[in-house]
Order: sequence, then structure tokens, then C-alpha cells
Amino acid sequence: MNARLHWRKFLSAFMLTMTGVCALISVSVLFFILGYLVYHGGASISWNFFTKLPAPVGEAGGGMANAIVGSGKLLLLATLFGVPIGFFGAIYLAEFSGGTTAFIVRYAADLLNGVPSIVIGIFAYALAVLPFKHFSTLAGGFALGLMMIPITLRSTEEFLRSVPKALREAAMALGASKWKTITSVIVPAAYRGILTAILLAFARVAGETAPLLFTAFGNRFWSNGWNQPTASLPAMIYTYAIAPYDDWHRQAWAAGLVLLGLILIINIVARAILSRGIAVPRA
Amino acid sequence: MHATVRPAVSVKIPPVVTGAINREPASALSMRMTISKVNFFYGAKQTLFDVNLGIATNKVTSLIGPSGCGKSTLLRTLNRMHETVRGARLEGEILLDGQNILAQDVTAHRRRVGMVFQRPNPFPKSIFDNVAYGLKINGSKTPIAEAVEKSLRHSALWDEVKDHLHKSAYELSGGQQQRLCIARALAVEPEVLLLDEPCSALDPISTAKIEELLVQLKDICTIAIVTHNMQQAARVSDFTAFLLTGQLIEFSPTPQLFTTPGDPRTEAYITGRFG
Repeated sequence: MNARLHWRKFLSAFMLTMTGVCALISVSVLFFILGYLVYHGGASISWNFFTKLPAPVGEAGGGMANAIVGSGKLLLLATLFGVPIGFFGAIYLAEFSGGTTAFIVRYAADLLNGVPSIVIGIFAYALAVLPFKHFSTLAGGFALGLMMIPITLRSTEEFLRSVPKALREAAMALGASKWKTITSVIVPAAYRGILTAILLAFARVAGETAPLLFTAFGNRFWSNGWNQPTASLPAMIYTYAIAPYDDWHRQAWAAGLVLLGLILIINIVARAILSRGIAVPRA
Repeated sequence: MHATVRPAVSVKIPPVVTGAINREPASALSMRMTISKVNFFYGAKQTLFDVNLGIATNKVTSLIGPSGCGKSTLLRTLNRMHETVRGARLEGEILLDGQNILAQDVTAHRRRVGMVFQRPNPFPKSIFDNVAYGLKINGSKTPIAEAVEKSLRHSALWDEVKDHLHKSAYELSGGQQQRLCIARALAVEPEVLLLDEPCSALDPISTAKIEELLVQLKDICTIAIVTHNMQQAARVSDFTAFLLTGQLIEFSPTPQLFTTPGDPRTEAYITGRFG
């Protein structure tokens, strides 16, 4: 009896320690990556990195201004294309559709979410590159936007569904139409969650390389327009990291650091904005 | 026709075993709403059986009965909230000022018949915006600030909130939130105010405030209230309807129903033998 009690106490302590260790590992991975990036890439970050074009091989210095702007343009396009579709699709799913339709759409969105990004790339290549016979920023934005749809759709739907029924009833009982209820009560009540979901989708595609390889392609110079190929940070990291030059490796690390930093800043700013306004208390 | 509740021509209606007992006062009462032969179904399950009832103008009518007797369902049909439930079906006729409510535009109808729910459900907005909501969505021409103040005064909340109208509605206490919900409903100047157990989540002091309020509100609108609490019905209402398993058992002026109930089941319920 005593032995069993000891064993149970030991098991409890052991499992408690294990869960703590696992939680610690989860957090430390982020800091480890961050530290590694700073260690290798920190030195290459300078004002030039943000303002100059890449230098030719063998020449020191140079920056990735074109890739930073390129990534910005691609993400802007992806957000403009992917977020509205995901958002309005989610409204339909959460508010209007019946059981079967919702099930099919949800299932399809989950499958789309699971499609490897390289396959999304080929699809975008066939649809938005081949017909025009050249790589373009638009095609890259399209590929990234496709990836944002299911992430935005599924999480927005969850947040819309979590708005208490009592709030819907209150609006309806005041003579609000269904659409008015959605725009004036349900979406405002869920907007924090929805914005968080959009940010996650954004951060997720910001680092995608595979869909850009044969859509936005890459560019060592400023892109000449939306229908021209453009450089992007992830593609630059890929190109620079596999190149045989030490200088390029350092720049690849720096690009990684900048990419992570940009995502982090957007996240923090968005959360600061989200913390204002009135939240629905949890029941 | 014993079961109609339009102003009774005679008080000498003999109690009929199969129907509800109605003992309307002889004085001509005008009816804001008239419910006739209402049957209600959730899918295949019938929850209201041939209900006939009148909601008298500028009076408080309470609906009492044990849980599951259909009193909330009946109340919700009055502003057609039952239509938000899939598979809900209503048969019969409900009139508001002599017009069939089912033939009206649903949003227009709900502006005329407001509702306050069991739990306070303010929007995640400021106190002011909560009250202004109904006016804003209806594109009301009346100056909003004045209308908000008026509604908050009607719901006896103005003095407590006038200095922080732009604070979150969730910073109010439960009782204040419920009065805010009443103010929100009153802002669109409904003809009828429906309250579905408005005090069940509140403490006794808040409850007393709301009860006091209801009696005052009679002057500006007609009130129908569902309550679990028989004492509450006795305190606030002019007429009381007793429902049991979806049937209207008795509908009388409140003092009569509680002192000389006409049906043995009513007596059993109000004396606490079941429910």
C-alpha cells in the first residue's frame, strides 16, 4: 500500500515535470531561432540593407531593398485577394448555410489548407503565369492569396460562431435585419478574433517560398511593375543560402531576421490596436 | 367561443372543462394584441395547444406556469422571435392593433414589439451606443442624444449613468445592465414590451427596481412578462395567464387568479403543490 502511494506520487511529480519541460521547449524554440538569426545575421543589417539593391557577386555590401518592397507588394496582393474571400465565405458558413453545405465547404477548406504550398505554386503557375508567358508579382500574390483563403475562412468562422446567441437575439428583437445584425453586432463582437486569424494567415504566407519560385520568380533589380517578376525575402533567403559565398550566407541570415522582425512588429502593432475597444466578456 | 379574450360581453361565462377560463372585467378593455387559436410546433413536437389570449393596452400581463409549459414560447411568438429557430412553426392568428403580425414585415414588426431577455445581453458597445442602436439601425430622424436620455430616464438608469455614457456597458452591474436592455428596447418607442423572465439572473434589490419600473412603464407601453416567480406576477401584473403543458388553463385579472382561481390546477400551482 505504501509502495503504491509512493509510486503514484512519483508518477504525478514526473508527469508534472514533463509537461513543464515540454512547455519550456515550445517557448525556447522561438528564442533559439531568434538568437541564432541575430548571431549570424545581425552584423549584416545596416541602413544599406534596407535601401540598396543586391550587390553583384564578389562585391561587398549591397542590400535587399527590392526584396523587402517585393515581399510587401506580394503580401498586399495576397491579403486583398485572400482575406475578403475567406472572410465573406466564413460569414456565409457561420450565419446562412445549412448543415450539409457548411460541412462540404469546411471540409474542402481543410483540404485546401493541407495542400502542399509547392502544389499551390504549380497551380498558380498554370493559371496566372503560363497564359501571360511571364512571371509576375500578380501571380505571386495570387498564389499566396490562395493559401490565405482557408486559414482566414476557418478561423473567422469559429470566431463568428462563438458570438453569444443572446447578442444576435438582442439585435433581431430591435428590428435589425439579418445582414444588419451581422455587420453591426456579430462582426464587431468577433473582430478581435478575426483580426488575429488574419494576422496568423498573413504571417504564415509571409514566409512561404515554394509558391513564389515559379510565380513571382525573383529579381535582382527593382520590379518594373505588377506584371513583372519581383524579388521577395523568402526567395532571396533561398537563393542566398544555397549560394557558395560566405557574404551571401550572412545576407541570407539577415534577410531571415528582417522577415521575422517585420512579422513580429505587425503582430505587436495589431495586438495593441486590438486591446482597445470593448470586448465581450467570456461567459 | 368561450375562449376568446376580447373584452367579454358578459362575465357569466360558465367554466368549461376543456377550455381556458376567462374572467374579463366587464369594463371595455382595449386589446393591444390578440392571440387566437395559436398552435406551435418545434418540428413534430407541439408545444402550444389552441391558445387564446389578449394583451390589454397599457396593462401588464404576466404569463406564469412551470418550466416547459410554453410560456416563453408564447411570448416569443409575439414578436416573431420563434422564426429564428429552425423547424419552428406557428398556426393561428396573432393581431397587433387588429392587424395580423404574420403578414407584416418582420423587422418592422419587431420595432413595434420590443423584447428583453432572461439574461442581460448588452452589446459590446458603450452605454450610449447600446441605447442608440435601435435608433441608428432604423435611421431614426429624432435627435439620438435626446432619445437616449429619454429612454434611460424611463428605465430609471439615467442618474446612475449620465456621467459615463461612453463607458462599456459591461462595467454596469447585472441589474443595471438589465435596465439598460430595457432602455435599449424603449428607445425605438415600441407599442408592446415583452420581458422573458427579466429578473431570473438578478438579486432581490435589482429585481425590486425592475418591478417598480414595469409598473411605471405601463403609461407608455403595453407589457407582457413571463415569470417563474408567482409573487412577482402578483406584484406587477394586472392580468395573469396560467399555462400548463402548452395549454392556457386560466386567464384572469391578477387578484382574482391568485385569490379565487377558477381551475383546480391553477389553485394547485399557486399554492405550491407542483411546479
